[in-house]
Order: sequence, then C-alpha cells, then structure tokens
Amino acid sequence: MLAQSFSWQVTVIILPLVAALLCFMLPKWGRWLGLVMAFAITGSVIVLAYQVMNQGALRYAVGGWGAPLGIDLYVDGLSLLMLMVVALVGLVVSVYSMAYFKAGKAVHFWPLWMLLWTAMNALFLSADIFNLYVTLELLGLAAVALVALAGGVDALGAAMRYLLVSLLGSLCYLLGVALLYHSFGTVDIALLAERVESTPAVWAAMALMTVGLLFKTALFPLHFWLPPAHASAPAPVSALLSALVVKASFYILLRLWLEVFSQDSTAAAQLLGVLGAAAVLWGGVQALRQTRLKMLIAYSTVSQIGYLFLVFPLASLMAWQAGLYLLLSHALAKAAMFLAAGNILCFGGHDRIADLDRVAQRLPLSLTAFALAGVSSMGLPFSGGFIGKWMLLDAALQSGQWWWVAVIIVGGLLAAAYIFNVIGHSFTRAEISHEAKPVPAIMEWSALVLALAAVLMGLFASWPLAVMDIGAPFGGGGS
Amino acid sequence: MYAINWDVWLPLCILASSLLPGLLIFFLPEERVVMRTLLNLGGASLKLVLVGILIWGVFNGHHYEFRFSLLPGLDLVLRADALSLLFVALSAVLWLITTVYAIGYLEGSPHRSRFFGFFSLCVTATVGVALAGNLMTFLLFFEMLTLVTYPLIVHRGTQEARRAGRIYLAYTVAGGTSLLVGTVWLYGLAGSLEFTSQGFVADLVTGHRVELVIIFVLLIAGVGVKAALLPLHGWLPQAMVAAAPVSALLHAVAVVKAGAFGIVRVVYDVYGIDFAVSLGVALPLAILAAVTILYGSVRALFQDDLKRRLAFSTVSQVSYIVLGTAIVGPVAAVGGLVHLVHQGVMKITLFFCAGNLAETLGVHKISEMDGVGRRMPWTMAAFTIGAFGMIGAPPMAGFISKWYLGLGALEAGQGWVVPVLVGSSLLNAAYFLPVLYRAWFKVPAASWPAERSFGRVETSLALLLPPLITAFLSLLLGLLASAPFSPLQWVRFIITLEYVP
Repeated sequence: MLAQSFSWQVTVIILPLVAALLCFMLPKWGRWLGLVMAFAITGSVIVLAYQVMNQGALRYAVGGWGAPLGIDLYVDGLSLLMLMVVALVGLVVSVYSMAYFKAGKAVHFWPLWMLLWTAMNALFLSADIFNLYVTLELLGLAAVALVALAGGVDALGAAMRYLLVSLLGSLCYLLGVALLYHSFGTVDIALLAERVESTPAVWAAMALMTVGLLFKTALFPLHFWLPPAHASAPAPVSALLSALVVKASFYILLRLWLEVFSQDSTAAAQLLGVLGAAAVLWGGVQALRQTRLKMLIAYSTVSQIGYLFLVFPLASLMAWQAGLYLLLSHALAKAAMFLAAGNILCFGGHDRIADLDRVAQRLPLSLTAFALAGVSSMGLPFSGGFIGKWMLLDAALQSGQWWWVAVIIVGGLLAAAYIFNVIGHSFTRAEISHEAKPVPAIMEWSALVLALAAVLMGLFASWPLAVMDIGAPFGGGGS
Repeated sequence: MYAINWDVWLPLCILASSLLPGLLIFFLPEERVVMRTLLNLGGASLKLVLVGILIWGVFNGHHYEFRFSLLPGLDLVLRADALSLLFVALSAVLWLITTVYAIGYLEGSPHRSRFFGFFSLCVTATVGVALAGNLMTFLLFFEMLTLVTYPLIVHRGTQEARRAGRIYLAYTVAGGTSLLVGTVWLYGLAGSLEFTSQGFVADLVTGHRVELVIIFVLLIAGVGVKAALLPLHGWLPQAMVAAAPVSALLHAVAVVKAGAFGIVRVVYDVYGIDFAVSLGVALPLAILAAVTILYGSVRALFQDDLKRRLAFSTVSQVSYIVLGTAIVGPVAAVGGLVHLVHQGVMKITLFFCAGNLAETLGVHKISEMDGVGRRMPWTMAAFTIGAFGMIGAPPMAGFISKWYLGLGALEAGQGWVVPVLVGSSLLNAAYFLPVLYRAWFKVPAASWPAERSFGRVETSLALLLPPLITAFLSLLLGLLASAPFSPLQWVRFIITLEYVP
C-alpha cells in the first residue's frame, strides 16, 4: 500500500490548502469558494472513511519515500473519527459563517479558516512527531489570527495572550521532539514505539512534550488563556476553537501516551487524572459564576476538557473509548452551543444571562440547540455525552478507582446547574426589553443540526465504537 | 417481502404516537388551534387504541419486545410485561383525559404550541418508563422525563416559576445521578440489567452483599426523589406554581408515578422481594414509607393553599404504593400496586377540580372556598368523591387499596402497619372534611376573587367533563373491583408472578 499514485489522505490535506490560497487570492469569491470547498473536503473525508472501513488502517508514504526519510500519512479509527468530526463541524460552521460574516471580516475569515482546516487534517494524519509539530504550529498561528479577527481591545489582548501561550507550548513540545530524535534517531511514532526505553532523556522529553500540549489543550491550571480567547472571538471561531482546536493537541498527547510513553508511567497518569479532576470542578464552578453566556460556555469547555484526562489513570480499553466518545460528543455539543450563543448575541445585542428575556419563545430553535447541546454536556440521555459518561463510570468502577466516580458525578451536577441557569433565565422576562434583530434562519438551523448530531450520538453508539477499533489504536497491538 | 412484525414494532408505535405529534406541535404557529387540537387528541386516542391492542395481544399470548443495541452488551428494550401494562394503560387513559382538560384550561393563553409539545414529550417519556425492559432503558426515559417536565413547570415565565423549576431540577437531577451510579455499578457486578420477575440480582451476583445494599440505597434514592419519599419530597409542593393540568400530570400520570413505579421495579424485578428481605433492606423501606405517609398527612393539615394541601396529600398517598411493595406478602403487594391506579384516578380528579375553582372563580385558598358547592355543584361533587376516596371510605377505590394493605400487613405479621393506616385515614379525613364542609355548608362570600361566566353551565365543558369522568372512574374502580379485567384483578395476576413459590 506504500506506493499509491493517488491518495485520499493527501487529498483531504491539499483541498483545504488550495482553498485557503484561492480564498486569499480571490477575496470577492472567498465566501462561495470556501463553502464549495467545505463540501468538497467533507466529501473527500467521506470517501477516505469508506476506504478505511473497507481496508483497515492505511499508511501512505508521500512521494514514495519511506518512514525514516520521508513523510508518512497514517490513518486508523482514531484519526478517522477526528477527521470526520472536524469535517462535520467544519461544514456546518462554514454554512453558518456564510450568513454570519459580512463583507469586511469575511475576506480574512475564509483563508484563515481553510488554513486551520488544513492544519487539523494534516495533524490527524501525521505519523511522525516532527510533522505533528509543524502542523501544531500552523494550527496555533491560524487560530490566533482568527481570535484577533473580532477586533477590539478584548479580542486583541486575548489573541496576544493566546499567541504567547501557543508559542510556549509548541516550543516545549519541540524540545521534547529534539530529545527523542537525538536518543533514538527517528521521529516516526511507530519506530519510536519500538525503540523507546526508559531513560532520563525519555522522561524529560515526556515531561516537556506533555506540558507543552497541556498548555495548548488548556488543562487546569494552564487554562487561563482559554476563556477570554474563546469568549471574545466571533461565534463561528469560538465554535471551531472550543470544539476542535483544543482537541487537536489532546489528540497528539493521546497518541504519544498510547504508543511512545505507554510504559510504566502510572504516577504521571495519576497526576494527569488529578489535574483533569481539578479542571472538571474548577471549570464547573467558574462557569456557574459567570454572568456572560459566552464566558460560561468557555469555562464549560475548561471543565469538559478535564473529563478527557480522567481516562489516563484508568487506562483500560473501555476508558480510552469513553474518552474519545466524550471528545467527539463534546466537539459537536460545544460547537452547537457557541453557534447558538452567537445567535442570541446577534438577536439581543448582548449575552448577559440574567437579561436573556424570553429567548425560549422568541428564538426557540437556537435555545433548543443550546438546551440539547447542554443535555449532552451534562451527560443526560439521550446524548453522546451520556454514552461517554456511562462508559467512563463503568471503566472507573471496574478499575476500582471510585474517587473518579465522585468527580464525574459532581462535574455533571455542576454542568446541569450552569446550563439550566441559562435555560431558566431564557423563559423569564427581563426588566428592560431590548430591541431585537432578526437572526437568519440558516444560522439557527446550523446550531440545531450540530446539537441534533450530539443527540444522535446517544442513540447510535455502536457505529463510532466499531470505527474506533480500526487499526486498534487503543488495543496494544497497534497497526 | 417482509411482513411487518407487530410484536416488535407495536411498543415503538405506542411511543411514537405521542412523540411525533409532540414534535410536530412545536412547529405549529400559535394560532393553528384546530390543527394542534387534532394532533393532540389524535395522538392521545391513537395511543389508547394501540395500548388496547397491546393488552389484547398479551392476553392472546403475544410477546411484545423491541430491542435496539445502544452499547455492546446493552440494549434499549421496550417490552410489554404484566407490570408495564398496568402503568401504560393508566397513563394512556389519564393522558387523553388530561389533554382534553389542558386544551380547555389553556384556551387563549400564550405559547400553547410549546406547552403541548412538551406535554406530549412528557407522556412519551412516561410510556418509555412503563415499557422499559431493563434498568438502562428505564434510566434513559426516567431522565428524559426530568428534562421534558422542566419547561412545563417554568412555562409561565415568572421569576417564581423559574425558582420552582430550579428546585425541581436540583432534586430530580441529583436523584437521576444517584440512579445512574447505582445502575452502572450494578451492571459492573451483574453484567446484565434485564428486568426479570423475582429479580435478576440474586442469580447473577454472588457475595458483594455490602455493595448490593449500597446500590439498593442509590437506586431507591434515585427513583424515590420522583416518588417524593420523605427527605426527598421538597420539590413537589414547590412545583405547584405550574398550571393545573401540569400538576395533574405531575401528580397522577407521569412524574410521581414514574418514581413509585421505579421503586416497584427495583424491589420486584431487579432485586426480587425475597432477596431484598435477605439483604435486610425491605423493612427500612417500609418504615420510611410509613413515616412519609404520616408526615405528608400532617403537613397537609396546615396548608391553606388548596393545591399545596393536595401536594402534601400526594406525598402521603404515593408512599402507600411503596409501603405495599416493601411489606413482604402478596396481599399487601396487591394493595400497594393497585393504589398506583387508584391514587392516579382520584388525585387527578382533585387537581382538575382545584384547577376549575382557580380558573372559573379565582379561588386558590381553602379559606376562600365558603359555599363554593352552590356555585359549582358538579365540580364539587367530583371533588367530594375524590376526597372520600382518598380518605378510604367504602366503596371508593381508595378503600380497596387500604383494605388490602391492612389485611396484607396482618398476614405478613407486620401489625404495626395497621395503626399507620388508621392514623393516615383519620388525618386524611381531618384535612379533607373541613374543605367539604366549607364548600357545601357555609354561606358564600358576596363575590368571588375573579369570576368568569360560562353561561348556563358552571364552567366550560372541557374543564367540567374530565373531573366528572375521573370521579366516575374512581367510583367504578371501587364498586367493580372484583369484576374481571379490573385493575385489582390484573394486579393480583402480577403479584402471583412475583410471589410464585
């Protein structure tokens, strides 16, 4: 399978890259080009998915050069699901952005967003840690530029902070890459997994890379940059950042821990679990204290990211699957929430929770989207969040580590509290009623489609779980 | 060519008969009254017909089961067994009546599409709870019920309604969480969650007695919130801010009943009554139920707000079901389980009447009810029948329940239950008879707080007929308790399955 003349793996990277260039060169056509390309990228991801499901995990050597020298693209169930969720969220956000961005901002949004998409697709397909670094850096820069797109003091400050954190994170990661390359003479993950042994250099590399990635994933207490950045960005950008971008660095961490650092790191795994637990609780409490809707959603992301780290100390097949399931449903739900919040902001001109002023009646589709996405975040049925939580609880109880159960429970209750706080206020009348602007129907439906996808994940879990097994990313055997 | 296998699809159709109309109603513009009414009543009638077919089928030896894989090893199961038929039939009948009432009650009020949409979803969840064939499915629909009831409670959009909704959620979401943990834990131990008569835990788990007791407490606490068991009852009186049809739904058809039904399921079909006794958890549950019965009645005495008095009465009455379940003995079990039906029919009557008083005369408090029987004789007649039923006077339905409970307790050697029943009946009389006295014998005040005229009848027909029907039903249930196909006979059949030697 090494020497194919044409590969869908390359296609899903090239397409958004070409789109980015075209959108940049033809700003007048940017919106339509972007939309058409979004459909094309999604289509090619579907073809790739079809291929992977029929043939199993695929490895493709770009230009015919093999692993130690050239660049390998590798896709298994884990990468495929990431590509697919990016495609789904990306497509819907693209449709939403058609209506959201007016002429001026659209010129900048589309090339940057396509670049972001390129970076993510390349990241999920990379088979070596250096290539991962390159894509990670590209992703960070595109994301920072997108945050700055909102303009204004808040957004620029948040973007600057995001930029510094992002660079610091990549730098730490790069140092780790250098250490590993120096020790084992390769950057290919599969080769590293064979050669790696327990040496101080590996430990140092592990620490550096993990810390770098934690910065970018915004795990407590390294989350400080996330709420302002995600809350001040334009709604579609917030959706992309919270739903997808933070997951990309988590994906790298997951890969590294599964393949390269998999041996005796229980103490470090427990530490990640503790930080995750702290994130769940701290993010939840902070979300509860917020008075602005977008800040609340951003802190909810901090909290939800915490859940993903609870799987490290559990480290069973069920736990990894639960973590990935939570990640996917959170991506859909969180994107839906930010899009709905964007609609509410657009409708009333503000996002103060106490003054939501009957949006339940006046903007029912968006509030439904928010509520359904919220149900998934709380982990109540029917939603992907419930399935993920069920599996995580099961895994925690089976490993006998019942204290994680308490964290999961309290996190869920906190989520219910802050979500229903919003929903409750959306039924009541505010003291001063605001003049409302109509919201384009396409924006309302976009949010709802993503929320419904999160709900459907609660009913049709067998299929994603079957895809997860392709190439056995969690199953020890590897490709 | 495949013929549609109705044994598989009928349970799903029963679910869909309220789900689909509900979803459609959400998208109806406010002014499409006829279409909405058509969908509402059409769905409710269709469900009743389908439930009728289901019962007929079960009698003729059909085995209805719908299965859908949720997770490897865990299915969503909808199954018609003897116990689920009881609850599904109750909710289908009462839903139709409540829908008629709600259409009359909410005439001309805002946001009706939203209201009726969630109303239908609420019944969908209840039917899901009733038909659930394993604990996982039960949990799914139980939680769904929590979520879809919330918009009904905050429907009016006042700050007060929002607070009530918050309290409701604080209790029910916490309860749901407890249920979730218990369920996952039990699944880890037993590897299966399928309901089986006489329980599956005893067969599948060896040892782990301490864990099983903790899981039992978690499960009962989870469902007990909705059943308003003693320390967990606080939400119910608060939720009274909601409109009368919602109260009727909460108290008689859906939420409280789902909780009580859940306790029956956990005790009978998860643990099995014999195993529950050997774990030593049945007696504490019975004592808790007894305490709740007395506590609810005492609190009801001191309420001046009519709906709040009825709410505390519900707290008390629902625990009869729990008591009957937890006393070990077939006769008491019959009394408890049949009260699931009897309490539903009687309490819905009372809430309909309270709603009529509020809607027609603006009367909310008992102190305002002087002479109301002269102004609204039919409504108060229905109320009187319901109240006597609650007290347990023969030949009302409530008498049958209490009779079996008392007999069963003596048979099981638990004589302490009898004073509880007598005390509760006296308290019931103490808080219902003064109301009746005021209504019938006192001289009415010069004017009512907010009177609306409906011409020659005392109130609109859509409001008057439902309580009359349910009052008549509760008389009938008592008088014809020994007739074939009565709930009592059906419950006896269920109990023989559970107590088979």
